[in-house]
Amino acid sequence: MKLTINGDTKELKDGISLPELLIIENVEQPDMVSVQINDEFIRQDEHTNVVLKDGDEINFLYFMGGGA
Amino acid sequence: MRDFSDEELERYSRHIILQDVGIEGQEKIANSKVLVIGAGGLGSPVALYLAAAGVGEIGIVDGDVVDLSNLQRQVIHTTADVSVPKVLSAKAKMEAINPNVKVTVYQKFLDASNILDIVKGYDFVIDGTDNFSSKFLINDACVLANVPYSHGGILRFGGQTMTIKPHESACYACVFDSPPPANAIPTCSSAGILGAVAGMLGTIQAAEALKYIVGVGDPLYNRLLTFDAKSMNFRNVNFKKNPKCRVCGGEGIKEIRDYEAVVCEAKL
Repeated sequence: MKLTINGDTKELKDGISLPELLIIENVEQPDMVSVQINDEFIRQDEHTNVVLKDGDEINFLYFMGGGA
Repeated sequence: MRDFSDEELERYSRHIILQDVGIEGQEKIANSKVLVIGAGGLGSPVALYLAAAGVGEIGIVDGDVVDLSNLQRQVIHTTADVSVPKVLSAKAKMEAINPNVKVTVYQKFLDASNILDIVKGYDFVIDGTDNFSSKFLINDACVLANVPYSHGGILRFGGQTMTIKPHESACYACVFDSPPPANAIPTCSSAGILGAVAGMLGTIQAAEALKYIVGVGDPLYNRLLTFDAKSMNFRNVNFKKNPKCRVCGGEGIKEIRDYEAVVCEAKL
């Protein structure tokens, strides 16, 4: 299936879950990333229930706390 | 209406000839009040550009003094300012650039006891802070006081920013919910920051403030602009206001509380 991850389209095997994708994409600290799928944010405690589908658009948004 | 002096007409001539600003836009800028929270990496370019632009009143908040390690990126401060309170150092530069601007200094850090009273008096707020407890506190205060603001965050070679119009566009907590645990996320002092990246993000925040004041263009509502200066890729991630947001959603927050202080200090 094709997934668009942070703007890049990738071919991945069917039926992978969100936690599996976080590992495949080498997301550091998966519990610290805000995940958006097709414009909806996925709550942290719902990650395990999400199975990705062909055409899903996924964004990983990271905390950035600097400013000084 | 206000009458600009000949000096002001000349000073702001490049704004005034801009079709989307004009004399009316410059009047709006001159009649506006903007609060800059943090006189550091982001606050420096924001304060300089807002003063140069002729924002009528600029408040600047910081409880710290200038440190030698700040000078790599905090361009409002100079070597001679080391050990001087940042707000006083910043005020001197802002007034030197533009004596028409009234600068109010708050030589303190904001917390739940003082933030609402300060934020309430301004038309727009800039988050230029360096820690998550402050960033979430500013979001809460701006939502409660209904004051639009610009969120900014930087780390290493990257930056992110969004503009928030409370109750109309998504707020910071719609996207990130709550502060991460202490020390979970690297900070500029622990992981570094390319000095120029602070300037890139701060000038975007200053442009957003001026756009909002003049009423021109599309502010960064409902989208997070992120960039990576290594690849020089810029991306917008779009989203909607979260109706269940902890801060601005249906129930929302009713009062200001301090978040657990997440100390942002150098761990060498």
